[in-house]
Amino acid sequence: MCTTCGCGGDGATLDGHAHAHEAAPLRPGRRRVSLEQNLLAKNDALAARNRERCAAQGWFTLNLVSSPGSGKTTLLEATIRRLQGRVPVVVIEGDQQTSQDADRIKAAGAPAVQINTGKGCHLDAHMVGHALDLLAPPAGAVVMIENVGNLVCPAAFDLGEAHKVVILSVTEGEDKPLKYPDMFAAADLMLLNKVDLLPHLRFDPELCLSYARRVNPAIQILRVSAQSGEGLDAWIAWIEARRLAPQQA
Amino acid sequence: MHELSILEGMIQGIQEEALAAGFARVVQVRLEVGKLSGAEVEALRFAFEAVSQDTLAEGASLDILELPGTGLCQDCGAQVEIEARFDLCPACGEGFVTVTGGTELRIKDIDVEEA
Repeated sequence: MCTTCGCGGDGATLDGHAHAHEAAPLRPGRRRVSLEQNLLAKNDALAARNRERCAAQGWFTLNLVSSPGSGKTTLLEATIRRLQGRVPVVVIEGDQQTSQDADRIKAAGAPAVQINTGKGCHLDAHMVGHALDLLAPPAGAVVMIENVGNLVCPAAFDLGEAHKVVILSVTEGEDKPLKYPDMFAAADLMLLNKVDLLPHLRFDPELCLSYARRVNPAIQILRVSAQSGEGLDAWIAWIEARRLAPQQA
Repeated sequence: MHELSILEGMIQGIQEEALAAGFARVVQVRLEVGKLSGAEVEALRFAFEAVSQDTLAEGASLDILELPGTGLCQDCGAQVEIEARFDLCPACGEGFVTVTGGTELRIKDIDVEEA
């Protein structure tokens, strides 16, 4: 018999322990409504709708996630400059407060919408859907979503993107992938940014990359510096190789 | 603290269900939360109290069934139970483990009362 709740005295096996709570009788006047629903169902449904829109319009959508200060906005500016004239790029900026990032993106030459999440720690699919309405990207555009700087919460919220890209800068700890495994597990690509600073730091890139692969054996990794331009050709090539591939709705 | 917005969405869903299924009060909510779901049970409890205030789930008890993290070792092929995503295989001690279970974050059912 289960010592926690006293169930299973009839020799039932502890299969996920679920049986223990099934048996609880309901008091008269009460009934049980079975929902069996993912708690993120609402967000996931809206994300699926975003993904369908992206596929129909040929938008290639990336969800950029990182801690604050990893260089996401600088990387976006450099990316916009390199894609300019060849591919339309639009940006959805998420921050708790201010429109400074969207202003920087517009100055770099791409249409941008700023979402201020206020108290929220992440973007969700609902916000991104409205941002797409406002931006109305041209067919075939690359849509970059700069998520709120946070390695925890954005991992749980699908926005309808084609890929999550996690950015880690070498001024952070090598062990970030182990400390925030959900985010690194959810990402398809990791950009190790600010590699131009490596000579000045005691940061072991190999160790960091081995931690990332431990959390996500399939993760792809590129070493870049948004500041010096190192590795950006490979990043642009990564985008180019995928943006015209058929996307799953 | 994304537990807060996750449960806000859940309460919204329950309110909608109340309209459809016609009940007045929720007395119990049962969740299934996997060890690798990224949600903290204590944070969920705290958030539930906060977001259920002034809703028909106010005062309801929250029953959380915690599910273990499970995976398949890429080296030795063992089906193992893991505590965290990056745990190496506890059976052979060195293999990467592909997660097969424990990411659940579900509402199972609710016990309700008529008006």
